[in-house]
Formats: sequence, structure tokens, C-alpha cells
Amino acid sequence: MAHDAHHHGSYLTPKGGFWTTVADWATTVDHKKIGMMYLVAILFMFFIGGMAAMAVRLELFEPVRTHVDPTTGAAHVTGQLFGSKADADAGNIKPGNNLYNRLFTLHGAIMVFMVIVPSIPASLGNFFLPLMLGAKDVAFPRLNLLSWYIYVIGSIFAVTSIILGGVDTGWTFYTPYSTTTDPGFNRVAIMTLAAFILGFSSILTGLNFVVTVHKLRAPGMGWFDMPLFIWAVYAAAIIQVLATPVIGITLLLLTFERIFRVGIFDPALGGDPVLFQHFFWFYSHPVVYVMILPGMGVISDVLAVQSHKKIFGYRAIAFASLGIAGVSFIVWGHHMFASMSELASMVFSALTFLVAIPTAVKVFNWIATLYKGSIVLNAPMVYTLIFLFLFSIGGLTGLPLGTLSTDLHLHDTYFVVAHFHYVMMGGTIMALMAGIHHWWPKMTGRMYDEKGAIAGALLVFIGFNLTFFTQFFLGSRGMPRRYASYVDEFQIWHQISTIGSFVILLGFLVHLFVFLASLATGKKAPANPWGGLTLEWVADSPPDEHNFHHEPIVTHGPYDFETVVPPHWDPKDYPIPAENKVAVSHH
Amino acid sequence: MSTLDTRDSRPYWQRYMPGHHWRSAAEEFDSCKFGFWLFLSTEVLLFGGIFCAYFIFRSLYPGAFMEGSRALDWRWGALNTVVLLVSSYTMAASIYCVQKGLFSRAKLNLWITLICGLLFLLIKFTFEYTPKWSGYFFVLDPALSHHTETMVQGKTAFMGLFQYVEGYGGKRPGSLFDFPFAKDANMPLWWSVYYSGTAIHALHVIIGMVLIARVLKRVGQGYYGPTHYTMVEVSGLYWHLVDLIWIFLFPLLYLIH
Repeated sequence: MAHDAHHHGSYLTPKGGFWTTVADWATTVDHKKIGMMYLVAILFMFFIGGMAAMAVRLELFEPVRTHVDPTTGAAHVTGQLFGSKADADAGNIKPGNNLYNRLFTLHGAIMVFMVIVPSIPASLGNFFLPLMLGAKDVAFPRLNLLSWYIYVIGSIFAVTSIILGGVDTGWTFYTPYSTTTDPGFNRVAIMTLAAFILGFSSILTGLNFVVTVHKLRAPGMGWFDMPLFIWAVYAAAIIQVLATPVIGITLLLLTFERIFRVGIFDPALGGDPVLFQHFFWFYSHPVVYVMILPGMGVISDVLAVQSHKKIFGYRAIAFASLGIAGVSFIVWGHHMFASMSELASMVFSALTFLVAIPTAVKVFNWIATLYKGSIVLNAPMVYTLIFLFLFSIGGLTGLPLGTLSTDLHLHDTYFVVAHFHYVMMGGTIMALMAGIHHWWPKMTGRMYDEKGAIAGALLVFIGFNLTFFTQFFLGSRGMPRRYASYVDEFQIWHQISTIGSFVILLGFLVHLFVFLASLATGKKAPANPWGGLTLEWVADSPPDEHNFHHEPIVTHGPYDFETVVPPHWDPKDYPIPAENKVAVSHH
Repeated sequence: MSTLDTRDSRPYWQRYMPGHHWRSAAEEFDSCKFGFWLFLSTEVLLFGGIFCAYFIFRSLYPGAFMEGSRALDWRWGALNTVVLLVSSYTMAASIYCVQKGLFSRAKLNLWITLICGLLFLLIKFTFEYTPKWSGYFFVLDPALSHHTETMVQGKTAFMGLFQYVEGYGGKRPGSLFDFPFAKDANMPLWWSVYYSGTAIHALHVIIGMVLIARVLKRVGQGYYGPTHYTMVEVSGLYWHLVDLIWIFLFPLLYLIH
């Protein structure tokens, strides 16, 4: 329990009056505060991106239809949410379609660049990487603050582009469309510049983490004594450092092309649009693993702690993280099966299947860990199980997309949309939710309401499957992605999907309420509410300003639940599982 | 981060304490260097995109690239290579001088490095860019950007916003520059790669000069010395990288015909 009241006080203790505290947070170099600021910023962008998604789903509730009056010949449009009445009466569907295109671009760009890529590493990673390593801070604290500001500036650029009218290119900014659309405005340039700036933030965070892991591990902590969350964040950080510069130069050249009309990608200027796709995916495929690897790390840790069992295959999971990072650099071509030679497609298809190996190693090890564990079905664990279920579906539906013959039918359909939502939302966001609940007591010093959190989790789970499982049917029946309208036979699937999206929204609102209630009236959290063995549970809840009262010395592995008594163990907080009784009696 | 006693009159580098999260100054120095090498790897990858575009377009349109390369004067490129190599030497020497506490020699070396950087930019703009633009004027009207036909006709030709109009502004392209567009329709690609690569490199030269100027100022203020010279060292690393990128750009753009 937190009892050293004579010490500095927690990092959340205000430094003075309101403005002093604001100034303190705005100039802080404390990784915990920066992590919290990232969390707030990311959740805010998640809300904006989510609202765009709701708008997209609402538009798709009804197909857009043009009715022609047989007597007068006048056209009238129905089912269009984003067209004005005047346009509808004039039979004009283009303005509404343009707005639809902007909305899904807005949703994609925000969710990818501003939410999922930074989500876990920048928020939970920033907060817990130094704590789990037993360090006082990340290697370069001022750089860390700078990367937060760069993130905010990048987000402001993106929002500016949206306020000026938005971008309708899709989040992939494919040329030549992205270099020719909206002439006279430079909203696309502003949006690509935003992504370029956000890339810098990502590079700086990754660089900081790599150096921190190499140089700031506590005495006694070898590489294989690190929690698996650290391994995963480390692997993701390497990808961030090595892949992001390529998107940097790509978006820079795109901006040059738009502003100075130099031709690199635009065929009208002699350039090659497929080169853009290669450049873009050389970054954006590895970055898919920046999105998922930290999530896998959260799951490894939450799963082991909440089932009070030593993780099965520690080294296999650690190396699988590095394996995924390695393979991630050689599979980008599977985004362009249609625009490559047959041989190149076959090679990329074969390489793509390699990803399945380390990923499956992880999933099997997690399931083996659950076997005979003392599983506590609290919110973090419920989200972990949801992750395992959804991520497995997401992973397995990747196989028909990686297979050339089936991809011919499935590519650019809702099957792809459903697949990557199962991986990105069903994977990363569910892991983020598991992590937030797992570490909420540590971050805020308050407990949350377990029943409310589980209710929210179940709503999200049900809503998610209603929304996205239906899209597998849509896609395999031929509904193309990115269309504002469709044939009538798809309507029932689209309606179920839209209803599901509202259930997800409801679930997240329940979570919001639970979190706010916890901050306002939550029970004070003990230092180690779940019985974890990693170093963040040695620190107070919320941690002291300098993290630890004394530099911790590591004497046991991160998951040695059979032999080690958890730090700050209090029988009132959680029951010690029967298997661990031996360890307790030794104490 | 470091706690300094204001009554202490010793120079900054003697009073310097590592950040509170480091166990020693040596560990902090090692980590800074390690972090900076990681950053340099991102720079290499950034330019990797340019080089990649170069190789792909060169293999697609070898004629345009050979023709384009002939339009450059290798002598200016070679001179700039020498200028950068000299500056790299003086930069390395200045780090050595700071480590040995020879501050006035360090400052001299840093000044030479700065002047070399300036010389590089001067040569670049005065003798390489400007003559190529002399027959061009800057088009601010986006409507003029749609230029494909004019480019093919060869009467007025386009390089981005810089439009060449025969007779405009008097001067024909200089003797160092062979007007390219009439010869090969893919020539604009060569110029796109040339301008993007050298301009992003020139931007890095400017950033490097800002870093060096800051180091120069702070050497004068006693910030760096034998026990604390992290910024001098990493600024030097950055400058060497700028040099290295040019060592690759020079033969690829100027020498391979």
C-alpha cells in the first residue's frame, strides 16, 4: 500500500493554483504526465474519428436512389443523408457523395494517424515503459514533451484541413487523384503535411523508447527479465524509427508535386503512380504492426497477471514480436496485387503468409497461459478475451486476402473493411481498453466500477460483431468499399451494421461514465490491486513524482507467480490463488 | 534538468550534472549518441526514398537521365564535394579541440565549417540553380500549372512552377545548362529527382549550419569542454551525414552518364 506520505507526493498532486498547474503540465518532462496528456488527446481524436464513422454508417442505412417521375420526368433523390433538400429535389447526388467521401477519409486518416498508431505506445507506453523498467524517466524527457507538441500540431493541421472542407482521397492519398483533386485549395497538402508532422512525433517516441530500453533497465533486469509489454513496445519502436522516414519522404514529394508541380508520381507529369503505392505501403504496412504489437504486449501482461499464472512461452512471445517486426518490412506488396507482375504478386503472397507464424505463436501461447490459470473475470480480462476472439477472426480472414485467387474476388470489398476493423479495432482498441482498465488504478489512484466496466465491454463486443461481422457477408457478396450507395439486397446487412455501430457507441458512453464516476467518487486504489509482479506495482498508486522511493533491484522474472509474493500484497485487495499458497507461506 | 549552483563561477561544462534519471554522465553521453545514431538512420531512410525514385526512373528512362546528367556541370559538383569534405574535416577537428580544451582552435574550426557550408549553398544557388532558371519565371497562377501540351510542344516548357518561355526575361539558359525539354519527354522526371534531392539536401545543410552556429556560440560561452561535449559531437555527426548524402548524390547526379 502507499504509505510513504513523507515523500514527494504523487505526480498528480497539483503544484499550486489552477494556472500554475496548467503551466506545470504544459511544460512537464515527466513521462507519466506526458503519457496522460497523450491519452487524453488520443481519446479526443478517437471521439472525432468515431463521430465520422457514425455519420458514414448513418448514410449507409439507406441506399441512395434517384426516382424519376414518369409523367413530368423530374428526378428526385432519396436515402441521401448528406445532400441538401434542393439537391435531392433536383436529382443531384454528387454533392452528397463528395461529403460522404470526405467523411470516410476523415474517419480513416484520424483513426490511423492520430489514434491507432500512437494509441498504446504514446499513452500507456509512455506511462509504463519507464515504470516497468524501474527507471525514473524515458531517456530523453524533453524530446518526449516535444513529440507530444508535434502530435498536437499535426492534429491541428489535420483539423484545419477538415474545417477548410476536408479531403476526399481516402486515408491512403493515392496519386494522381491526391495531386489533382480540389484544385485551387490545398486541403490535401495540409492533410499530407499533417501526416508528415505526425510521423515526426512517432519517430521521436520510437527513438526515445529504443534508447530507454537499451540503457535504463533497473539493476538486475536482463533482456529476458523484461515484461512482454516492453518487448512488444520495443519491437514496435524499431518499426517506428525505420519505417516512418519513408512515409516522410513520400508525403514530402507528394506535397512538392502538388505545390511545385514537380512530377514524381503523377503520370501527367511523367511520374509513376505505382511508385507512390510502393512508397506508401513500404511505410504503411510495417506501421500496421506498430498498431498491433503494443496491443499484443498489453494482452501478454494483462493475461498473465489476471490469470495469476506464469506466461507460457515467454521467449517465444518475445521473439515473435521481433519476428513480426522483421517480416513486416517485406510484405507491403500485398496491398498492390492488382498493379504488379504475376511473379511479384506470388512472392508477396507467400511472404505475407509468414506473418501468420509469429502471430499464431503468440495466440497459442496466450491460450496455453489461460489453461489452469486462476482467471479473474474483471474488465481487463474480459477485454483480453474479447481481443483473443476478435483478433483471431481478424487474423484468419487475412488469409483469403493474402491468397491471390480469393483476393481477386475479395479485394476492395467490405470483406477487406471487416478484416482490418477486426484487426485494428478488434485488436488494438480492445487491447487499449484492456490496458486502460488494467492500469487505471495505477494511473489515477482510483478503482473503477467493475460491473459498469464489464457491461460497457460486453456492449462494445456485441456492437462490434453486429457492425463488422455483417460486413464479411457484404464483401463476399460483392459490395465494394467506399461507396455511398448499394443495390437493395445489401440493405439488411447495412442496417444491422449501422445498428451495431450505435451499440458500440453506447458501450463507449458507458465506459466514459464509469471512468468519470471513478475519478469523482472511485475507491482509493491500492498499490497492487491485481497482484502483478512487474515493477509498476512496486510504485505507489498513483506513482510518486520520481516513480520509486528507492531504485528497484530486480530479483525475479516478471511472471514468476508460483514462487514470488506480489509486492504490496494485501489479502483484502484480491484473493491469492490456491496454487500460490506455497509462496505465501514461505514469506 | 541539471541542478546548477548560481554562485559557482566555474564554466558550465565543469558544473554540468547529468539529468536526474541517469546514473552517470558517461551513461547519458552514450545514450545521447545512441539516440542520435538512430535519428541518423531515419535520415538515411528519408533520402533512401529519393535514391529509390532515382534508381527506378533511371532504369525506366535511361535516355532522359543520361541526357539530364549531361546538362549538369560536374565541375561545380566536384568543387562542392571538396568544400563539404574540408568542412567535415574541420568539424571533426573542432570536436577534438573541444575534447582537449583548445577552445580558440575549436572556434576557428567551427567558423571554417560554417563558411564552407555557406560556400556550398552559394555555389549551389549562384552557379547551379540560377542559370537553370534564368529563362524561367515563377508562375503563381495555378491555372498555368496544367501544362502538358506546352511541355510536349517544346516552345514553352515547364519545370514545376518555373515556366520557361522563350525570350522571356532576355537571357537564354546559360552555357552550363542545356535546355532539356525539347530532347526527351521524360526529362522532367530527371529534373524532379534532381531538384527534390538537392533541395532537401540543401535544407539539411541549412539545418546543420544552424546547429553548428549554436555550438559555436556556446563554445564561446564555455558550455562545452573536455567532460561535456555531447552537443558538439552530435552536431558533428549530423554534419558528417549531410556530407555523406552529398557523396552519394554527386556521382549519381553528375558523373554517371
